[in-house]
Amino acid sequence: MKEEIIVSGRLNHLIDPQLHIWHWHIPLYLFLGGLAAGILFFAALYTILGKEKEYPTAVKLAPFLTPALLSIGLLALFLDLNHKLYFWQLYTTLRLESPMSWGAWTLMVVTPASIVWCALHIRELFPNWDWKFNWLKAVETFFNQYKQHLAWVLLISSLILGVYTGILFSAFNARPLWNTSILGPLFLTSGLSTGAAAIVLMSKKASERHNFARIDLMLIGIELFLIVHMFMGFLASTQVHIEAAHLFLGGPYTVPFWLFVVMLGLVIPALLEFLELRGFHMPYFIAPVLVILGGLIFRFIIAYAGQASRWLY
Amino acid sequence: MSSRRSFIKISALGIGGIAAAGGLSRLATGAVSGNASTEKIDSPEQNLHRTPTYCEICFWQCAGWVYKDESGNIKKIVGNDDDQHCNGRFCPRGTGGVGQYYDEDRLKTPLIRTTTDGKETFREASWDEALDYIAHRMQEIAAKHGPECIALFTHGSGGSHFGHMLKAFGSASITAPSFAQCRGPREVGFLTTFGDIIYSPERIDIRDTRCMVLIGSHLGENMHNGQVQEMSDAIDRGATIITVDPRFSTAASKSKYWLPIKPATDLALLLSWIHVLIENEWYDKAYVAKNTVGFEQLREHVRPFTPEWAYGITTIDPNVIVETAREMRNASPSVIINPGRHVTWYGDDTQRMRAVAILAALLGAWGRRGGYYQPEKLHLPSYPVPPFPVPRRQPTEAYGGKYPLANEVVSNGLCDATIPTVERSCSYKAWIVNGTNLLAAIPNQANTLKAIEALELLVVVDTMPVELTGYADVVLPECTYLERYDMLRNSNHRLPNLALRMPAVQPKYDSKPAEWIARELAAKLGLEAWFPWKNIEEMLDWQLKQMGTSLEEMQRLGVKNFPRENDDLYFNENEEAVFNTNSGKIELYSSDMENEGFAPLPVYTAHEEPPEGYYRLNYGRAPMHTFSRTANNPNLTDLMDENVLWVNPKVARLWGLKTGQMVKLKNQDGKQSTFAIKVRVTERIRWDSVYMVHGFGHNNPKLTRAFGRGVNDTELITRVHIDPVMGGTGMRGNFVTFITEFEPNGKEAEA
Amino acid sequence: MRYAMAVDTLKCVGCSDCVVACQTENNVPIGFCRDWVVEVTDGTYPRLEIEIRSERCNHCENSPCVRCCPTGASHYAEGGVVLVTPHKCIGCGACIASCPYDARYPHPDGYVDKCTFCLHNRVEKGLDPACVSVCPTKCMYFGDLDDPNSPVSKVLKNRKYKTLIPEAGTNPQLYFLL
Ligand SMILES: Nc1nc2c(c(=O)[nH]1)N[C@H]1C(S)=C(S)[C@@H](COP(=O)(O)OP(=O)(O)OC[C@H]3O[C@@H](n4cnc5c(=O)[nH]c(N)nc54)[C@H](O)[C@@H]3O)O[C@H]1N2
Ligand SMILES: Nc1nc2c(c(=O)[nH]1)N[C@H]1C(S)=C(S)[C@@H](COP(=O)(O)OP(=O)(O)OC[C@H]3O[C@@H](n4cnc5c(=O)[nH]c(N)nc54)[C@H](O)[C@@H]3O)O[C@H]1N2
Ligand code: SF4
Ligand code: SF4
Ligand code: SF4
Ligand code: SF4
Ligand code: SF4
Ligand SMILES: [Mo]
Repeated sequence: MKEEIIVSGRLNHLIDPQLHIWHWHIPLYLFLGGLAAGILFFAALYTILGKEKEYPTAVKLAPFLTPALLSIGLLALFLDLNHKLYFWQLYTTLRLESPMSWGAWTLMVVTPASIVWCALHIRELFPNWDWKFNWLKAVETFFNQYKQHLAWVLLISSLILGVYTGILFSAFNARPLWNTSILGPLFLTSGLSTGAAAIVLMSKKASERHNFARIDLMLIGIELFLIVHMFMGFLASTQVHIEAAHLFLGGPYTVPFWLFVVMLGLVIPALLEFLELRGFHMPYFIAPVLVILGGLIFRFIIAYAGQASRWLY
Repeated sequence: MSSRRSFIKISALGIGGIAAAGGLSRLATGAVSGNASTEKIDSPEQNLHRTPTYCEICFWQCAGWVYKDESGNIKKIVGNDDDQHCNGRFCPRGTGGVGQYYDEDRLKTPLIRTTTDGKETFREASWDEALDYIAHRMQEIAAKHGPECIALFTHGSGGSHFGHMLKAFGSASITAPSFAQCRGPREVGFLTTFGDIIYSPERIDIRDTRCMVLIGSHLGENMHNGQVQEMSDAIDRGATIITVDPRFSTAASKSKYWLPIKPATDLALLLSWIHVLIENEWYDKAYVAKNTVGFEQLREHVRPFTPEWAYGITTIDPNVIVETAREMRNASPSVIINPGRHVTWYGDDTQRMRAVAILAALLGAWGRRGGYYQPEKLHLPSYPVPPFPVPRRQPTEAYGGKYPLANEVVSNGLCDATIPTVERSCSYKAWIVNGTNLLAAIPNQANTLKAIEALELLVVVDTMPVELTGYADVVLPECTYLERYDMLRNSNHRLPNLALRMPAVQPKYDSKPAEWIARELAAKLGLEAWFPWKNIEEMLDWQLKQMGTSLEEMQRLGVKNFPRENDDLYFNENEEAVFNTNSGKIELYSSDMENEGFAPLPVYTAHEEPPEGYYRLNYGRAPMHTFSRTANNPNLTDLMDENVLWVNPKVARLWGLKTGQMVKLKNQDGKQSTFAIKVRVTERIRWDSVYMVHGFGHNNPKLTRAFGRGVNDTELITRVHIDPVMGGTGMRGNFVTFITEFEPNGKEAEA
Repeated sequence: MRYAMAVDTLKCVGCSDCVVACQTENNVPIGFCRDWVVEVTDGTYPRLEIEIRSERCNHCENSPCVRCCPTGASHYAEGGVVLVTPHKCIGCGACIASCPYDARYPHPDGYVDKCTFCLHNRVEKGLDPACVSVCPTKCMYFGDLDDPNSPVSKVLKNRKYKTLIPEAGTNPQLYFLL
């Protein structure tokens, strides 16, 4: 029998007996970031493609959620900090090697951009809106002139944001479960998928809903592919990665992951969307709600399981 | 149990507040005026003040420095580089000694047992009141029964102060658990062989040894500092370590040979080693011829004890027995058969220690470099006082006729003599207990409680609310060693030496130093003549001046080593060695033992084995704790806050036990553990035994960290095998079984 | 200058003095520790072996904790010692999640703390780190790897050793003598 114990009674808070430095804040923050990134991505994309008219929800309505989503996300991040008064230190330096750093900076770009975006569209939602101050009007005019540029900024920064939500984890090679480059694309895809789902939910226009359901279906396909790929990667890798995979293959995360994330969050909504596209009628909100919930649970599971996976020595 | 004196959870009245300070407490603050002489030292840590001390967390008494920060708070304690006990390095317990000072569960004021509304509780009292009360009761008892009916149980530095007081009062009944529960059998075993004892620190020359045999002695877990340090050095220099232990101890894991002996059979192994040395003529012939008597009788005696014979008993491979004997021979005379320290195991322990001594003699190790050196200590005069009155009865008479070779007072003997019998004229009527938690230290708790029950007065001087304080009539809170002076440490070592303990800080709460308590109590008893000094500084300074130094110098140095008077650390090979035995020689065949009717040559006797479904209760030390005294120390509980039960995987499988599972234990007499203990499934323990660290399972709820954590091994040690030679309490013949279903009442109940 | 430490697993008895000494020297709050002791037992009774390791931050030459710190609070100091500047640390926990050795902990005051090799309070003053100076078995060696005469250089030259999780690519500067 091999026995490995710490004889000096180590019990560091949030580290022992198992790492749990991150609680609900980080996965929520990542989920909201991904969702916002998805929405903004489609808004920017269809603006650049000149399809604002066809997809009013995606371009105008849904983005109104994003400042709130991003602010709540940032608030969660803030609440997670143990040394809150020093929060501003994040913005005294840009450290390219630190995902946390460029994530913070990306949010610094995306959040104001999303606010401006909403401002540009506010009059279309509330025709009687009046900017009270002339300089605000000037600002609006200014941005309206450069709307396409703004759309590009949003497109790129939302992609970065979406990828970042995954890279934040995958940069930690200390946690074998997170230590896979697939997490970046996977979280991006998941973010886009939840974004599309949100648009489906909000859209009153059948054609728009169909379009995003189709997009979502495709994204779910990619996600499933990436998940399978991820596990194959783990199982073909070192002992610690195999053990990390086993958290989901018989370990404590098996049921939550395969049932809630894969079945209820991906496969069933995909089926529903598929049927819907085939003309079967059912309450249209079920699939997108499942997708969004699945995306949320997915981030929680990855955050928690990742902290449970560790190197052995 | 219906009892006149029931156990009081000291919480009854709360000990939080500080009692109105009596007039006396003003005097006490004067006792720390030594602070004035602390200096800013010229070291990289200039902002820290340091004062000397010697450690009281165990009885190795390492000398060190207490460092304080600018605001006068104790920050750390480190070893004194000049000290032979520690060489500048403390052990974890000494380093964590700060925790004893900061422990907020400490006893804070004197407490007196009272009855309110038919319920016994403690009330806070001033020192004046508490000491008046004790003095009054002591005088009453002395008038009724004689002063010799008062006994002092003590362990640690306070003993000399209270002992002094008690001797002046007219009693010589002073005892410590460090004899009959600890090193007694070895001192008697060596005394009857070499005419001298092993002392503490042990006179073994590990530093220069080429081979050391550890029999049970679990250095590395037993953290006696100098020995651990020297063993590490010895390993570095390639010395052979042979460890005999049924458990895979830390020392075993560092040894060239580990002999996983069947418990309780060591004497057979020792006899067989002696056999092998003699049969192969591997003993030091010249040394034996020159210095010993009884060799021929020994040779005859051990003839049957072949390695094959021993194998049948010990399960140690005969080839290994021969091979290890050869290792000893090759290293001879630089060999140490480590005499161990806590050696009260099976009731025939003096005989086992005799075998150890004989083995050492055959190897010519006594008085030789790398073997057993000749320690020296200063002749430190005591401050002159009138002669003590001659007590009407010596303590040995109290347990009349028993334990003839005990060279110290037998604690359990006094305990037995407290329980009244028809024959005995005076049983003990009062105990003063200082610095020893008798309910953890002395086995067979029921017997101790019966004795306590019979007392008219029980005074407990302690720093913490422990098991025993709950039975006291008066509880006196001593301040910790970091807050007081004590007597100078005058130890037997390679070089004679002195070490000073002085207060680093003022006593916390309303606690006082033992010296002050003893002196004030003496004053109330009219014994001022025996305490003629104004304060302890004056007394220490007087003593130090006799040695050509002074209190002022010692406050700067902490430790002072003196040149040896005699150049005899090792035997001078050209001179005749004289031994303090009846024959003047090393007595392989012991006349003392023979005269008292004991086997003059050690004889192996088989001991009881665990019944079906029971496991031998083995216990020992954890490096970061000392007995039961550190179990509440915040720094040390941080390292280990409970003891766990080591269970062999085979046994665990049989019982379906898992690591981390809580079990209670029941011994062969049906005695059940108060609390539950966590199982640790490990290969390090045999399948016929379980193992736990001694000192846990405290049942005083006032110990916020220690209460209900783990099991107190002492409560399961109900079957005690008394060594007839010297009264030692053999504690390793107890067997326990598991109880897997029970109502949680310890730590796990809080959750 | 490259500071490093070596711990002799054959001599270490697991007493944990290094842990208490660090606690009192560096004001590590009760309940937390910068170093700890691991005991590995292998085999079947009575054929057994034990390895005991006093562990702490490895002061990795390629340390993920420094890499992922968003503020620069985690940084390399003199001699490659990895330190945290408390007033720059926001307590985001990224460095904690990134350390394969779980060597860091959130200090109750908010910032992240860990072993400093006692750089400023002892080593710069010519003293050994607290844990090294207290160890009763003298099983720890500290010094500058660029100095061939430092205790750590000498012992690494003469003994077999290993580092922990070399495959994590962190290049630890805490060596375990075998
Ligand atoms: N950390 C720490 N160190 C201490 C102390 C402390 O409280 N804490 N106390 C000090 C004091 S006062 C003393 S007396 C010493 C005691 O220390 P030692 O003299 O070393 O103690 P023992 O109780 O004799 O030894 C315990 C060992 O004996 C083994 N053992 C049990 N039964 C047998 C047997 O039948 N045969 C053999 N060969 N071995 C057996 C156990 O497995 C265990 O490893 O420690 C001193 N050092
Ligand atoms: N079951 C079992 N019994 C044993 C042993 C064992 O291993 N197992 N070991 C035996 C051995 S070897 C020995 S030496 C004895 C040791 O026996 P003890 O020395 O009695 O050991 P402790 O249980 O630590 O009790 C010490 C008491 O002194 C108090 N104390 C600590 N410091 C001070 C102080 O400065 N002043 C005062 N006034 N009090 C203080 C503590 O709070 C504690 O209550 O136990 C023996 N009994
Ligand atoms: S061995 Fe440890 S506990 Fe004992 S006196 Fe020395 S430092 Fe103190
Ligand atoms: S102080 Fe030394 S012997 Fe003790 S655990 Fe630490 S490294 Fe090991
Ligand atoms: S051990 Fe951990 S904390 Fe220390 S330098 Fe390496 S990664 Fe950073
Ligand atoms: S917790 Fe502090 S040191 Fe660690 S990564 Fe965040 S800011 Fe840097
Ligand atoms: S080097 Fe200093 S900070 Fe690091 S573990 Fe040792 S004592 Fe603690
Ligand atoms: Mo002892």
